[in-house]
Amino acid sequence: MKTEISVTINGEAHTHEVEPRLLLIHYLRDVVGLKGPHIGCETSICGACTVAVNGKAVKACTMFAVQADGAEILTVEGLAENGKLHPLQEAFWNEHALQCGFCTPGMLMTAKELLQRNPNPTEEEIRHGLEGNLCRCTGYQHIVSAVKAAAARMGG
Amino acid sequence: MIPQNFDYAAPSTIEEALELLADPEAKALAGGMSLIPLMKLRLAAPGRLVDLRRIAGLREIRQDDGALRIGALVTHSEIESSPLVRSRCPLLAETASHIGDLQVRNAGTIGGSIAHNDPAADYPAALFALEAKVKVAGKGTERTLPLEELVVDAMVTALEPGELITEVIVPVEAASTGTSYQKMRQPASGFAIVGVAARLEKSNGRIGSVRVGVTGLGPSGFRARRVEELLDGTAGSDGEIREAAAVVAEGVEANADLHASADYRRHLAQVFTVRAIRAALARAS
Repeated sequence: MKTEISVTINGEAHTHEVEPRLLLIHYLRDVVGLKGPHIGCETSICGACTVAVNGKAVKACTMFAVQADGAEILTVEGLAENGKLHPLQEAFWNEHALQCGFCTPGMLMTAKELLQRNPNPTEEEIRHGLEGNLCRCTGYQHIVSAVKAAAARMGG
Repeated sequence: MIPQNFDYAAPSTIEEALELLADPEAKALAGGMSLIPLMKLRLAAPGRLVDLRRIAGLREIRQDDGALRIGALVTHSEIESSPLVRSRCPLLAETASHIGDLQVRNAGTIGGSIAHNDPAADYPAALFALEAKVKVAGKGTERTLPLEELVVDAMVTALEPGELITEVIVPVEAASTGTSYQKMRQPASGFAIVGVAARLEKSNGRIGSVRVGVTGLGPSGFRARRVEELLDGTAGSDGEIREAAAVVAEGVEANADLHASADYRRHLAQVFTVRAIRAALARAS
């Protein structure tokens, strides 16, 4: 039986009838058409599908869309404002924090929460905060540098 | 990776949830960090999910009669960052901060973790060391039991069909109590290959009220009573700590998997017991 859900995604209201078994990641990508959140491992490990639900970073492959009914969702598409990149996105660009870019949307979403909780993190705190996001290209060093640079830019 | 279809209900009261859970096809959904992966692998295929996250009364942390009462739906990240838990029961906050990763901690709940009883979960180490109690509600019933009685075997608890964990009760600790959680982390999942929590008090140069909880080693978490007995009343010298930690795996049927053999886990249990006790001792005053 389908269930109606209403969510706000990147500031825009959406209402859809969905099967309860529809995972949030499939809802975002296939129903709403937002391809920013990626499907990597699909086993709650790699973090490529990370989005913010009510301000909390979660793995959208391990949540049903029905659980998000009534929630505010932010995906990587909602990070830039008025055509201006988020300081984290700029820092990822400047610091070469990506190669293939597959993990980047998830990295950005987790890093955003990390900086909200701790505006001036140490290298160790950044690495601990990003434990749930795997990157197979960069060796993480440039990602850590980018988060540090963004923290400095954001006045942490 | 698409689960079998199911009906979905999101009740707003415990009574409503218990009514829905009386159906043998129904399964309670909390944070979903264990249940959803199992459903995606089709190792679980409940006919109905009863989502507990809309029940407001299950998401509170309060202090009452020398104890902290933590609602079953409180997430790991809420426990990790709660000023009340951090100041009154720091061992639980410290343990929560070691669970999985940031995203998993944002979704996973303490009640869900206890009900799932994964042998590699982090909480059991702390909860056994804290002699935690669990409040359980059924249709028209309510009981409070020690964690030791709730935990039966790997992934098995004494919860009756249709029963729900509603609250976890841990003691308020004196500021002078020393506690620590030390774990060997499985690098991909963050699960504990072995994790040890220690709590102890120190007076006149002697250790007292030692509690040691262990996870990851056996089918369920447990209290290492022999270690506690050997350590109680000692001065906590390095030799005494090592001697006590040496018996931590005695009588335990150690787990073995591709990450660690049974022998290696037994060895790790000793090493991490030493580390947890040392760290707890350094924090006790």
